[in-house]
Amino acid sequence: MLDGLQEIWFTLRQNKLRTLLTAFGVFWGIFMLILLLGFGRGMQNGVYDDFGSDVMDFMIVWSGDTSVPYHGMGLGRKIRLDESDVEAVRQQVNGVRMISGSRRMGDASVSYNGKNSNTDLIGIPDEYFRIKEDIPFNYGRKTNPFDEDEIRKVVALGDTVVERLFAKGEDPVGKDVRIKDVVFKVTGVFHDKGQRGRASEWAYIPQSTYEKVYGGGGKLDNITLRPEPGVDGFELEKNVVALLKRRHDVAPEDKRGINSFNMAEPMQRVNGLFTGINVFIWFVGLGTLTAGIVGISNIMIITVKERTREIGIRKALGATPFKIISTLLLESTLVTAIAGYVGLVVGVGLLELIAFGLRSTGAKMPYFMNPDVNFQVAMTAIALLVGVGVIAGLMPALRAAKITPIEAMRAE
Amino acid sequence: MIKLRDIHKYYQTGNQPLHVLKGVDLDIREGELVSIMGSSGSGKSTLLNILGVLDSYDRGSYELAGQQVGKLGETEAARLRNKLLGFVFQSFNLLPFKNAAENVALPLYYQGVGRKERNYRAEKFLDMVGLSDRTTFMPNQLSGGQKQRVAIARALVANPKVILADEPTGQLDSQSTLDIIALLKDIHRRGNTMIIVTHEPDVANQTERKIILKDGVVTSSQTLEPVSA
Repeated sequence: MLDGLQEIWFTLRQNKLRTLLTAFGVFWGIFMLILLLGFGRGMQNGVYDDFGSDVMDFMIVWSGDTSVPYHGMGLGRKIRLDESDVEAVRQQVNGVRMISGSRRMGDASVSYNGKNSNTDLIGIPDEYFRIKEDIPFNYGRKTNPFDEDEIRKVVALGDTVVERLFAKGEDPVGKDVRIKDVVFKVTGVFHDKGQRGRASEWAYIPQSTYEKVYGGGGKLDNITLRPEPGVDGFELEKNVVALLKRRHDVAPEDKRGINSFNMAEPMQRVNGLFTGINVFIWFVGLGTLTAGIVGISNIMIITVKERTREIGIRKALGATPFKIISTLLLESTLVTAIAGYVGLVVGVGLLELIAFGLRSTGAKMPYFMNPDVNFQVAMTAIALLVGVGVIAGLMPALRAAKITPIEAMRAE
Repeated sequence: MIKLRDIHKYYQTGNQPLHVLKGVDLDIREGELVSIMGSSGSGKSTLLNILGVLDSYDRGSYELAGQQVGKLGETEAARLRNKLLGFVFQSFNLLPFKNAAENVALPLYYQGVGRKERNYRAEKFLDMVGLSDRTTFMPNQLSGGQKQRVAIARALVANPKVILADEPTGQLDSQSTLDIIALLKDIHRRGNTMIIVTHEPDVANQTERKIILKDGVVTSSQTLEPVSA
């Protein structure tokens, strides 16, 4: 094997420019593909990041006033959800992975040290933070089951509210704020890009505390849920809404009595957009790769043609057709594999550098973050290129192996 | 050692097949030193290529060391060339990007001989042809005579039974010609069968038997008196 590699090294060294040009074609093809894929992924990451805690598969159900008379009851009837609805959905609808009820109070005033802000106050059980798992906490912690069990007056504040209430650099964790004249201790501060950034204006308190402090008789404003992996979110949404309509005597065609929003819908649009972008990226990337492949094929044909005489001499001295073919193929495979690997490393290195630059300077690019590349995709691209390199080398190699030594030695 | 019967060879030139060998019968014994002579176009190089299993023939039979060459596939033919035959070409046919020792070691590489042994044997045979001080020289750093000595060392390194030389002195000056012929005769004395194609009577006269080829047929096979080196 070492001998074979040394033989190849001799030949490649003999044809430095040709080897370099072949290698560059392959390098450039992989490098451009990696860059394109990385930028595509960077855009995708940027856009998905803007969804904040609005995880891709969550849905929310809330109640309103009926708009259709049903079962002898007139329209305009107020529907109120409660914990029994949560339990019914959990028990009767297949495919629910997580579910949580919540209370909500819009425009609740929060004050600290003479400063005021308005917030959407949300009373939640612990389960809620498992559904909205992507809420990043800048300081402190989320509300937890102990807060819920002991009905603690604690609050997690969105950083927009904190900016309005606290001086710059002041740590809000452990401080007391007043929400609708009730004192709450701040457990943590979060930054949530969800709801187009509005989610950072919210405040979360334990559901039990909300119930005790602000009342409500066990009613819920929202039910939030996520499907099991692989379950069709749209189908689940339909089943949940249908069940709740049945439980509350709401006409099936009533659009207002039970309302729902499914994140899968905007996600589907975004995913559709990225599918289009990815198709474009692959189209351009594969075009670049194809150019590289055509280059390898041409160079391999020229290589074999130029080396026909040498091949003839080697055959005369005892090289078998297999030896001739395997040497030529190993040559093209090595050149493509090494150049492809270098292209991959340089491409990934550049993407990492960009990501590092963005992270360390804190620079924000709209809809762009963490450009990276799927390793499997990159390896597939290299394997494809090497495979084609082998095939490109195979045709002329087979031809070279076929001609008689004397014909080959006569070649100029 | 070598038995040719009714060998025919055609070349396609345009639409007309050119009948180059028209039924050659030839027997060469083991250890014999034979020259093949003939005018240009007589088919002597074609005959040598067939003898060297470098080219195919269209009709007839060829037996080399007990093996029917016509039935061999390309892989078996390559192994046969590597094991039984050594070549010396008029244009040397050295690989330009390998030094003298690497060129000599090439047949051993195709035999799967290890690097150390290859280097040892290559240097030994280069020493034998008087080039022990040129082992690392590239072909373009060698004179015509030296190149041909490297080619002879390469032909011998795998201990073949038969050495085939096609106009081995065709590109050499008169002094180099004398040296190379003396060297080839030395090698023959070691027991190798040797077939030399030449158009030079002085070279042919140094051999044991002179075969004359004319228009694709053997017209005479003349045993010569031994000439001292």
